[in-house]
Amino acid sequence: MSDRSQLIETGKPFEFDAERNAEFERLIKRYPSRESMILPALWLTQEQQGWVSAEAIAYIADKIGTYAAKVYEAATFYTMYHLRPMGKYHICICRTLSCWLRDKQEIVDFLAEEIGIRPGEVSDDGRFSLEEVECLGHCGTAPVVQINGEFHEEMNVDKMKALLEGLE
Amino acid sequence: MEVKILSARFDIENGHSLAVAREHGAYATLDKLFDMEPVDVIEEVKKSGLRGRGGAGFPAGVKWSFLPKDTGKPVYLAVNSDESEPATFKDRYILVRDPHMLIEGIIICSYAIGCHQSYIYIRGEYTSQLQILQQAIDEAYEAGYLGEKVAGRDFRVDVTVHRGAGAYVCGEETALLESIEGRKGQPRSKPPFPAVVGLYGCPTIINNVQSIASLPFIIEQGADAYRAYGTEKSAGTHLFGISGHVEKPGMYELPLGLPLLEVIDKVAGGVWKGRALKGVIPGGSSTPVLTADEAKTVTLDYESMAEHGTMFGSGGIVVLDDTVDMVALVKNLIDFYHHESCGQCTPCREGLGWMLKIVKKILAGLGEKGDIELLLELCDNIEMKTVCVLSAGCTMPVRSYLNKFRHEFEAYVEGGSLKQAAEIHK
Ligand SMILES: Cc1cc2nc3c(=O)[nH]c(=O)nc-3n(C[C@H](O)[C@H](O)[C@H](O)COP(=O)(O)O)c2cc1C
Ligand code: SF4
Ligand code: FES
Repeated sequence: MSDRSQLIETGKPFEFDAERNAEFERLIKRYPSRESMILPALWLTQEQQGWVSAEAIAYIADKIGTYAAKVYEAATFYTMYHLRPMGKYHICICRTLSCWLRDKQEIVDFLAEEIGIRPGEVSDDGRFSLEEVECLGHCGTAPVVQINGEFHEEMNVDKMKALLEGLE
Repeated sequence: MEVKILSARFDIENGHSLAVAREHGAYATLDKLFDMEPVDVIEEVKKSGLRGRGGAGFPAGVKWSFLPKDTGKPVYLAVNSDESEPATFKDRYILVRDPHMLIEGIIICSYAIGCHQSYIYIRGEYTSQLQILQQAIDEAYEAGYLGEKVAGRDFRVDVTVHRGAGAYVCGEETALLESIEGRKGQPRSKPPFPAVVGLYGCPTIINNVQSIASLPFIIEQGADAYRAYGTEKSAGTHLFGISGHVEKPGMYELPLGLPLLEVIDKVAGGVWKGRALKGVIPGGSSTPVLTADEAKTVTLDYESMAEHGTMFGSGGIVVLDDTVDMVALVKNLIDFYHHESCGQCTPCREGLGWMLKIVKKILAGLGEKGDIELLLELCDNIEMKTVCVLSAGCTMPVRSYLNKFRHEFEAYVEGGSLKQAAEIHK
């Protein structure tokens, strides 16, 4: 993993937009403890902003009424929260057992070559980020790639090439 | 060999929508359910022999009866949809193909255990899956199957989806509760068990998605109808996920108790590319590997797996052909568990890292004579000396590869270099 200890400031205040705020208010009624909203609030933040900034951590803590350290703890433990901006296309490729058995490495190597970044990196133009992740629950259609949350199954280098060409 | 009990509505177009699901029998059990006493529901589930489908195979009805009575505290249900054990992908089909079967199961379980608020803990990577599930829940609320008065009866059921964010350990039941409470997914020591002290300190039942989704059939058709499938001790059907080196990988619903090899050949199309079988991982990556020889006699049920020194696990079967390098496979496995360790126990956090280093060294052709023994010793020193069994989920299978495919590790060590090792492999 990359260094997940450093929060990045944007220099601008953060707050939920109206839609996220409504979802926050809907969900908070479902839990007897306000701290249960830490994970959902981090998700709402990431949906809105694409990643989780230092200002967002402070905002969530304040909104929930808890310590920023608790929000920070969750944001750094769970690997899907991004603590820095990712590429416009965030590509995740499964590196675990069934995908490994069905040659996921060929796709990783192709991507590294094609877009010039190693897993864990963001391309200089901000267009791509690449991450090798653990089993994505699609082992029967391995190998699997996820781009901005969308699954692509039974992948190979040719399909990956076509997929990249189809991106804006 | 395939059967359609849980998967009965899987192939119906738009089966995930309430209108279509209802046309095909969804929520039909509710009248019968509310005419039963909760204890009778528990009895029926006990009689059905349904065992937990999350991996451990604990009888569902028995678990429910561990709930203390009249504590004055609310009872919670947490449905485990974390599905992150490598090679496991069965629950996803329920979420996207028949979410109403799951919701109906939640209503049944809630009524049986006196629960009014349940949480479905879904892994963060399931994006469109979450949308479909949430849509189904919203529809169920609108139609009055969820909410203050379920199906017009005086019984409240609220269902809330709690989204994880990338941590295998959160599938462990107490880590899952920690995660709902807003913390890192670090498992709690047991006892107390969650049935007594669980979510927010209250009595809590945690069940796997497939366990819960099996309930509508059991209540509608009765325990005997469920028992008509499977074996005496391993009753019913299971959604098996078959992956790896087979011609037709995929999810197949089968009664328990079928011979493994027959399933690989007849259901999954056999080992791919006409190759020979080297081994089978029977139930997710945490289960000890079976050699091709052992695979000849094992059947797909809890008892036969135990007799063969392995576990039924999550029904995620991985087929390995004769080209698989078992040392490299072991590295891939340890990498996973080491990455997913929550970090609170030293033997797991440090020990798995140490094992990974040794296997990498062996793979690089730098292995030494004592390394295989050292790995085995590490397995012994890690296993069952930690808060949860994630570490054992690594050491148990690793030990099986070290013992059953020892010659491959020795070849690397004796070869002294990758190239020589490859020669010995031939
Ligand atoms: C590290 C670890 C990961 C687990 N992951 C899952 C999972 O993803 N899904 C699941 O249902 N059970 C998982 N389990 C098992 C749960 O702890 C628990 O036994 C199960 O959800 C109980 O439900 P059941 O009795 O219906 O099987 C995991 C256990 C461990 C130790
Ligand atoms: S065994 Fe590993 S994952 Fe489980 S509690 Fe200990 S450190 Fe965490
Ligand atoms: S191993 Fe890649 S999706 Fe499961």
